[in-house]
Amino acid sequence: MSLISKSRVKSPWLIHFDCGSCNGCDIEVLACLTPVYDIERFGIINVGNPKHADILVVTGTVNHRNKKALKNIYDQMPEPKVVVAIGACGTSGGVFREAYNVVGGVDKVIPVDAYVSGCAPKPEAIIDGVVIALGKLAEKGKKVDQGIFERLEKTQSAIKAR
Amino acid sequence: MAKTVLPFGPQHPVLPEPLHLTLAIEDEIVKEAIPKLGYVHRGLEKLAEIRDHNQMIYIVERVCGICSCMHALCYCQGIEALMGLEVPERARYLRTIWSEMHRIHSHLLWLGLFADAFGFESLFMQFWRIRERVMDLQEETAGNRVILSVNQVGGVRRDITAESAQWILETLKLAEKELLQLKSTILDDTTVKLRTVGKGVLTKEKAYELGAAGPTLRASGVAQDMRQTGYAAYSELDFAPIVETDGDCYARTVVRFKEALQAIDLIRQCFAKIPQGELSVKPKGLPTGEVVSRVEQPRGEVLYYLRGSGKKFLERVRIRTPTFANIPPLLDMLPGCDLADVPVLILTIDPCISCTER
Repeated sequence: MSLISKSRVKSPWLIHFDCGSCNGCDIEVLACLTPVYDIERFGIINVGNPKHADILVVTGTVNHRNKKALKNIYDQMPEPKVVVAIGACGTSGGVFREAYNVVGGVDKVIPVDAYVSGCAPKPEAIIDGVVIALGKLAEKGKKVDQGIFERLEKTQSAIKAR
Repeated sequence: MAKTVLPFGPQHPVLPEPLHLTLAIEDEIVKEAIPKLGYVHRGLEKLAEIRDHNQMIYIVERVCGICSCMHALCYCQGIEALMGLEVPERARYLRTIWSEMHRIHSHLLWLGLFADAFGFESLFMQFWRIRERVMDLQEETAGNRVILSVNQVGGVRRDITAESAQWILETLKLAEKELLQLKSTILDDTTVKLRTVGKGVLTKEKAYELGAAGPTLRASGVAQDMRQTGYAAYSELDFAPIVETDGDCYARTVVRFKEALQAIDLIRQCFAKIPQGELSVKPKGLPTGEVVSRVEQPRGEVLYYLRGSGKKFLERVRIRTPTFANIPPLLDMLPGCDLADVPVLILTIDPCISCTER
């Protein structure tokens, strides 16, 4: 089990969802993947499928239309999972918080583990936010892994007894 | 075969932004595409009621993070016209320099994303590596990588010193050299051409009729560029709109590639001609009357309609962005194409959804 919990943190996969951002944070998240910052050297890969991802990186404010899409993506991700809210908009709504179609920060819809401030935050700040989230991912992973064999045995015996 | 309905987006690996298209396909051939917008709608125009005309600069800069400088420029030009302000010459040149830096970074970003759309990931990395040089220039001159916040009513906030000008020109020379090294890969490579030549053809008549804007329009053979109207310092610079006639994905790539090189040239011209002087004039009075202000963004023409009634708050701010104009041509291109070409065709208009929906 230690192998899985170790590799989960050593090679986390992230999914990026633009949730009503102005693109400023999105291009900075993408810039993290490119040669100058290159987070792939740490084993972090940007994936398109929420079912493969450990970290959800959300940029921008939540509005009444995309909050369902955001919740849907979050629910599709397997446990353990962490959420990083990027930018002033992701943390609180930023300059848009008084606009009529804006619900607010990401934490109004899903629980957030790390906030990255800035408008737009630099790629260094985004990487820092993801690293902070990794610590929480390790903790959450321990809880998920605890007693997993006993639970598995219970399930198997329940299936046999059926 | 019966038609199949396929949802495309809002969360899709090829798109950094949420755009949803409902595709009706028959044997992998797209028959119909219906867009569904509104995932990024925030309601920025309405914010003019609670933010005064100076605070609105920060709002319009965040209409779109990729071309924020041009949005602020367009808005400020509108307000200056309403107040009757004459912008100092140095400020007009500085505005042009920052606009062209934005154009280079936006076009390099697009070239990279476009390469990624047809699966050429190393080319994506190469373009973004060059782009980081321009991002460094922006950070050095404006203090922020993405949202520059240099424009204000009456001029600009910051100056570019002679030493930084020297460094900017050297960095741009390096960027130009690296960009030319990639030219043969993006424009002459056989496999790349297979994905771009003859795909998504938009004829000159159709492009004009559907109201396309920017590189999408110019790639179809219409020489229309808002920079020709001579705002900021463009009337004193020597340039011609870059036009291609084929109207396919390849032509649009060529236009954007050449425009990135042209922007480097325009910055050089600006530094050769830039005069010394004031950076801004103090605004007097309040905006009264109505005005239409137009600026050429990397994606095409952006139009601001502003109406003020002598109060701190503007009565109406209306923004029409280039991607909004380019969606009808996209819907005209999609029917009849392969399902595998859909991401390439969508990217080829350089969609900026946060601009479109605001």
